[in-house]
Amino acid sequence: MSGFMGHEPDGKPGQPKTVKEWVFTLDHKVIGVWYLIGAIASFVVAGLAATAMRIELGSVGPDITDNGDIYNLWLTMHGAVMILGFQIPALLGFVANWAVPIMVGGKDMAFPRVNAMSVWLLWSGILLALLNLVIPDSYNGMWTGYPPYSLTDAVGNTALYSSVVIILGMSSVFGAVNLACTVAFMRCKGMGWFQMPLTVWCVFTANVIQLIFVPVLAASVLLLSLDKYLGFGFYNPEVGGDVLLYQNLFWFYSHPAVYVILLPFMGIMFEIFAVSARNDVFNYKATVWAVIAFIPVSSDVWVHHAYVAGLPDWLRLLQTFTTLLISLPFGLLMLSLTGTMYRGAIRYTGPMWWAVGAFFMLIIGALTGIPNALSAIDYGISDSYVIMSHFHYVMAVSGGMAIFAGVFFWFPKLTGRMCNSLMTKLTAAGFFIGMNIVMGPLYFAGMEGMPRRYMDYQMYADNELIVSAQHWSTIGIYITFVSALLMIVVWLHGAIAGEKATSANPWGSQSLEFTATAIIPGQGNFPTPVICPEGWHPYNFIDNPKPEFEPHPGTSGHH
Amino acid sequence: MKFKSLMHKVMAAMLALPLIPSLAHAFQAAPAHRADYNGWTPHEHWDAVWHETMLDITVLGIVFAVITVAFMVMYVRKGHGERGKLPTLTNQAKIGWVVLPCMLFLGDDLFLYVKGFDLHNHYREVPTNAVEVKLTGSMWNWNYVDVNGIDTDNELVVKQGTPVVMRMVSDDVLHSHYMTRYRVTEDLMPGRITWQWFMPDQVGESVATCREYCGTMHSGMYGKIIVKSAADYDAYVAEQTASIPSVTGVAKAATAADQI
Ligand code: HEM
Ligand SMILES: [Cu+2]
Ligand SMILES: [Cu+2]
Repeated sequence: MSGFMGHEPDGKPGQPKTVKEWVFTLDHKVIGVWYLIGAIASFVVAGLAATAMRIELGSVGPDITDNGDIYNLWLTMHGAVMILGFQIPALLGFVANWAVPIMVGGKDMAFPRVNAMSVWLLWSGILLALLNLVIPDSYNGMWTGYPPYSLTDAVGNTALYSSVVIILGMSSVFGAVNLACTVAFMRCKGMGWFQMPLTVWCVFTANVIQLIFVPVLAASVLLLSLDKYLGFGFYNPEVGGDVLLYQNLFWFYSHPAVYVILLPFMGIMFEIFAVSARNDVFNYKATVWAVIAFIPVSSDVWVHHAYVAGLPDWLRLLQTFTTLLISLPFGLLMLSLTGTMYRGAIRYTGPMWWAVGAFFMLIIGALTGIPNALSAIDYGISDSYVIMSHFHYVMAVSGGMAIFAGVFFWFPKLTGRMCNSLMTKLTAAGFFIGMNIVMGPLYFAGMEGMPRRYMDYQMYADNELIVSAQHWSTIGIYITFVSALLMIVVWLHGAIAGEKATSANPWGSQSLEFTATAIIPGQGNFPTPVICPEGWHPYNFIDNPKPEFEPHPGTSGHH
Repeated sequence: MKFKSLMHKVMAAMLALPLIPSLAHAFQAAPAHRADYNGWTPHEHWDAVWHETMLDITVLGIVFAVITVAFMVMYVRKGHGERGKLPTLTNQAKIGWVVLPCMLFLGDDLFLYVKGFDLHNHYREVPTNAVEVKLTGSMWNWNYVDVNGIDTDNELVVKQGTPVVMRMVSDDVLHSHYMTRYRVTEDLMPGRITWQWFMPDQVGESVATCREYCGTMHSGMYGKIIVKSAADYDAYVAEQTASIPSVTGVAKAATAADQI
C-alpha cells in the first residue's frame, strides 16, 4: 500500500501536503477536517437562508419576496442543513473524528476506510441537498417532511428529501459503528472507561443513540417515497394508512437526535471549562452516568412533539411526565459544569469566552423547555415562536457557540497557529449579544400567539408587541451576521497568518491530544504507543503522572 | 474539613426544597373543577399556570446564573501557575450530590406536573352545555358549520357564555387550528376526527390561525372568531338562517344526537 493511503504511524508531525493526499486520506484527523469544512460550508449556506428569512420577517408585508414557495424553500433548507449538514457533522463528524481517537490514545479510528466513506457520503448528501436550490420542483416540505403534504405534488421533490436523509443517515450509522468500536477497542494501555475525557463519553453516547434510532428515521422517509411514487399507503388515509404513523416514527428518531447534538456540545463545554479553570470536573463519575442516562430517557419522550396531533389523552399525560424527567440528568450536567468553576483558577481564553456564552444560553434554552413539556401549556404555544425561540437558544445559540468554542480550542492543533485572541473574544461577545437580540424578543412574540413557519403575519399587524419584536429581531441578525462573518475571517487569518503556536499545549490541558502529540499531530497521532500511568486522569490538574511512551526501536522519544 | 460541613448544610437545605413547591400547591384551590366557566375559563387557567411556570423557571435560572457568575468572578486565576483546588468528594458526598439535586428537580417537576394535569383535564373535559361546530380545514381555508347550519369560511360567530366544541377534520393535508385568545391548538388530519373546545367569555373578535405547516400559503390561512352577546347572537342566527331554512332543521337534529 502506498504511503499516504496507509495509516501506519510514521511519527512525522504535520498535515498531508498534496491535494491527492488530502482527498484520498485515511487519516482520521484529515477526515475530521473534511467534516469541519462541510459543516462550516453548511453553516454559511443555512445562515444566509436564515438572514434572508429574518429580513423578510422584519416588517408586515413582503420585504424581499412575496413568493411563499421561495420563502418556504429557504426555511426548509435552513432547518435541514443546520441540523443535518452543520451540527451533526460538526459534532459527530469533526469532534468525533478529529479529537476522540487522540483523546483515547488511539492511533486512528477502528476502521479508517469506513471512516473515509462516511465523510464522502456526507459530502454527497450536502451536494444533493444543494441541488434543491437549482432544480425546478425544489422540495419545500420543511425538514420534518410530514405527510400528507409531503405526498402531494405541491411539496416538490420528496425523493430528493428522502435520499438526502437516507444518505446522511448511512453516513452517521457508519460513523457511529466506527466511533463506538474506536472508543471500545482502541483506547491506549492504561486508560479505563472512567479515565476518558467527558467529550469522549458524550460523543460515544451520542453515537450509541444514533445507532439505535437513525434506522427508524431512514425507514420513515423510505416509506414516504414508497407512498408517493409507488402508491403504497402507509401514511395515506385514503387507502387505510395513517398520517400519525409518520410522526411517531419521525420523532422517535428526531427527539433523541436533539440529545445527539446536545451531549457532544456539552462535552466540549466540559473540556473547555475544566481546562480553563484547571480544575477537576465536579463529580466526574456521576456526570458520566448522567450522560449515559440520556439513552433510555431520551427514547421515551417523542410524543411531546405530537401533543396536539389528536393522540390519546393518557399518552399526553404520561409523556409529559417522562419529558419532565429529562431535567434530572440534564440538571446534573449543568450542576457539574457550575461545580467545575468552584475553587478553580479560571483563565478567560478565547475558547472560554465562547464556552461561557454557550453555558448561559443553555440555561435560558433549557429552562424555556420546561413549559413546553407540559402538554396543557403546549395547547397554547404549540408550533409557535415560543418553541422556535426555545430550540434556537438550545441548539442554535448554545450548540453553535459550543461548536465554535471547540473549533477555537483545537485550532492550534489543526493549523499549528493561534487565532487572534482579542478578535476571538470580540466575535464571541458579538454573537452572544446579537443572538439574544434575535431570539429574546421572539419568545415574547410567541407568547402573543405568533406561529412558526410564517412568511408574514398580517393577522397580527395591529399587535404592537409582535410587530416590534420582529423588528428588533431583524436588527439583531445584522449584529449576528457581522460577528459570524468576522469569526470566519478570524479562522482564515489564523490559519494563514496567525501567530505560530509555540507549545503543543497552549491551554494547559491534561488530555492526550495536547500532552502527548506534536503541535500538529501526524499520521498515527503518537510517534510511539502511549501508556496512561496508574492514577492518570484527564481532569487531574494537580499531580497527574505524565503519560509514558512505549520504547520503540529507532525512535528517540518525541516533542 | 470546611468544605464538608458547608456542603452538608447545602445538602440539608436541598432536601427541604422539594417540600416548598409541594406545600405551596397543597394550599391552593384546584381551579379546574369549578362549575362556573364564566369565572375560570381554560384560557384564564392557562394564563395562571403559564405565569407560575414562568416564575418558577425565572427563579431557577437566576439562582443558577448568579451562583455561576459568582464562581466565575471569585475564582479567576491569580498567579501564572495556579491550579484549581476542587476538593475530592467522599463517596457519601458523591452520592449526595446526585440524589439531592435529583430530588430538587423531581420536586419541581412534580409541582409543575400537577398543575399541568389540572389544566390538561380542564382542556379535555367538555362542558355538557357546549354547542358543536364542525370545522373542516383545507389548503388554505377554514370552513365552520355551526349547530344552526350556518356555514362560513374563515369566520365563526359564537354566543357569549356558551362553550363551543369543534369537531375537526382535514380535506387534504395537516392543518392545526389555534385560537389566539383561547390558547388552544389541535391538529386537523385527513382520516381522523379531532376536537377542541373553548369558552367565549367576552364580546369581541380574535384571530384563529393555522399552526401546522400546510404549504405555500400556510401563513395566509387564518380567520376570525367573533363573540356576540346573547341578543346580538340571536339576531345574527335569525338573519343567517332565514335564507337556509331547510338545512337548519337537519343540522339541529343531527348534532343533538351526537353531542359530546
Ligand atoms: C444564525 C442565526 C440563526 C437565525 C437568525 C435563525 C433564524 C431562523 C428563522 C427565522 C427560522 C424560521 C422560524 C419559523 O418561522 O419557524 C428558523 C427556523 C429553524 N432554525 Fe434557525 N436560525 C439561526 C440559526 C440556526 C441554527 C444554528 C440551527 C441549528 C440547529 C437552526 C435550526 C433551525 C430549525 C431546525 C428551524 C426550523 C425549521 C423548520 O421549521 O423546518 N437555526 N431559524
Ligand atoms: Cu393550514
Ligand atoms: Cu398551515
